[in-house]
Amino acid sequence: MRRWLLPAVLIALLLGLWQLACSLGVIADALDLESYLVPSPTEIAGSIWENRGLLAENAWVTLREILLGVAAAIVVGVGFAVLMHRWRVLRDAAYPLVVASQTIPIVVISPILVVWFGYGIAPKVVIVALICFFPITVNALDGLRSVDPEAVKMMRTLGASRWQQFRRVEAPAALPSLFTGVKIAVVVAPIGAVFAEWSGSSSGLGHLIQSDTAYYLVDRQFASVAVLSALALALIGLTALAERRVVTWR
Amino acid sequence: MRQDTRVKLEITGLTHSYGDVRTLDSLALAGEAHEVIGLVGPSGCGKSTLLELICGLQEPTGGTISVEGGSTSEERLRSCAFMPQRDLLLPWYSAIDNAALALRNRGMKRTEARAAAAELFSRFGLSGFERSRPSELSGGMRQRVAFLRTLIAGKPVLALDEPFASLDAITRAEMQAWLAAALRTDPRTAVLVTHDVEEALYLCDRVAVMSARPARIVAELSAPHPRAEDRDTAVTDPEFVAAREAALHALREGSR
Repeated sequence: MRRWLLPAVLIALLLGLWQLACSLGVIADALDLESYLVPSPTEIAGSIWENRGLLAENAWVTLREILLGVAAAIVVGVGFAVLMHRWRVLRDAAYPLVVASQTIPIVVISPILVVWFGYGIAPKVVIVALICFFPITVNALDGLRSVDPEAVKMMRTLGASRWQQFRRVEAPAALPSLFTGVKIAVVVAPIGAVFAEWSGSSSGLGHLIQSDTAYYLVDRQFASVAVLSALALALIGLTALAERRVVTWR
Repeated sequence: MRQDTRVKLEITGLTHSYGDVRTLDSLALAGEAHEVIGLVGPSGCGKSTLLELICGLQEPTGGTISVEGGSTSEERLRSCAFMPQRDLLLPWYSAIDNAALALRNRGMKRTEARAAAAELFSRFGLSGFERSRPSELSGGMRQRVAFLRTLIAGKPVLALDEPFASLDAITRAEMQAWLAAALRTDPRTAVLVTHDVEEALYLCDRVAVMSARPARIVAELSAPHPRAEDRDTAVTDPEFVAAREAALHALREGSR
């Protein structure tokens, strides 16, 4: 109860302050702006309701980019982690590259990917996958390395093949760590999706935010941001729920 | 039950080193079918290493280890089941699925493996705990499940590495009596490593005393009442006390 109540109270308090500042015109005056450029929480809520069809349509586009990108990162990242765990040489050779992959600034690389893959969904999925690859791979590998070597020995004397050792000891032991990686990934994935959309797209929440700039539709931009943030929160919630269903021994 | 009297375990001239440190030095040991051999020695003398060598988890630097006639590490691995000091029950499996791991590794279906293990659960006082997660079991219960897991593997030789070291004194005495009963009903060739001379003399037919590093066998003693039904009487019997004193003496001499 306390876990939910305290943050809820804080959010309500902050929204109340924001609302108050807007109705008194404090922010707009301080920045010397027209008041419609500084929408209040109720105006943003109103905008979400008015634009619900448009927002839902674009949220779905962005959500698909996120989900496909995260899924691709899980498949490639887990596969890579397993290979690096299995072959020490590969780990020594490739680990610096995995770290290097994280130093690529997404903002810089996304226009290039648009040139290569066009304006469709492909460059968005690639960018989301790139940004998610690192936390997933590193956490999956950490999980696999955390396995008790004594447990593996015990399994060997119980006649376990290499695959059975992996399937029954190493993979389950790595799961909690993998979930940590996925949780980090779903938080950063929307950032990747928005950058990718800014580099060239005709739909999605990132695209909507960008095109609304031209018309000074600040309330709708805030509405898009709220929806995007809700999307990320829902994804963490779902991941945590899946973790609780799968990792029942913690 | 197989009544095989030929030598199950034979170790000759066994030498082992970690880098420059020699841990085992021309060690010799033999065990017959259904014989339980105790290994006691000062801490750090290489008792656990010796068990891992027997089980084929490591290759010795020199000498031969033959288990059931096979002396390559693969053959030894096939003939030995290893029970580690910590129970190492896998937390993602229930007690019965942990016990049945060896059957599942052999390709048996889950329901069949469970049925086979369930029979042993009732025979060894674990009824009602089949579906429990390891974290829900007491230390003694966990060791019982770990021992059943080793037993169910059906290997001719059991290698037990200080199985009760982590238990409190009362639970340990209970578990010794329990293990004695288990080995009475289901005799196996076993090598038991322990630092507890009394435990070794109660559970084993023969106790080998190891010296400090580089370890060799400095004394071999026959136990007067191996796995006697009445543990308390057995361990206070004058013969037992004398054997214990002799073992402790050898241990002290070998530690020098």
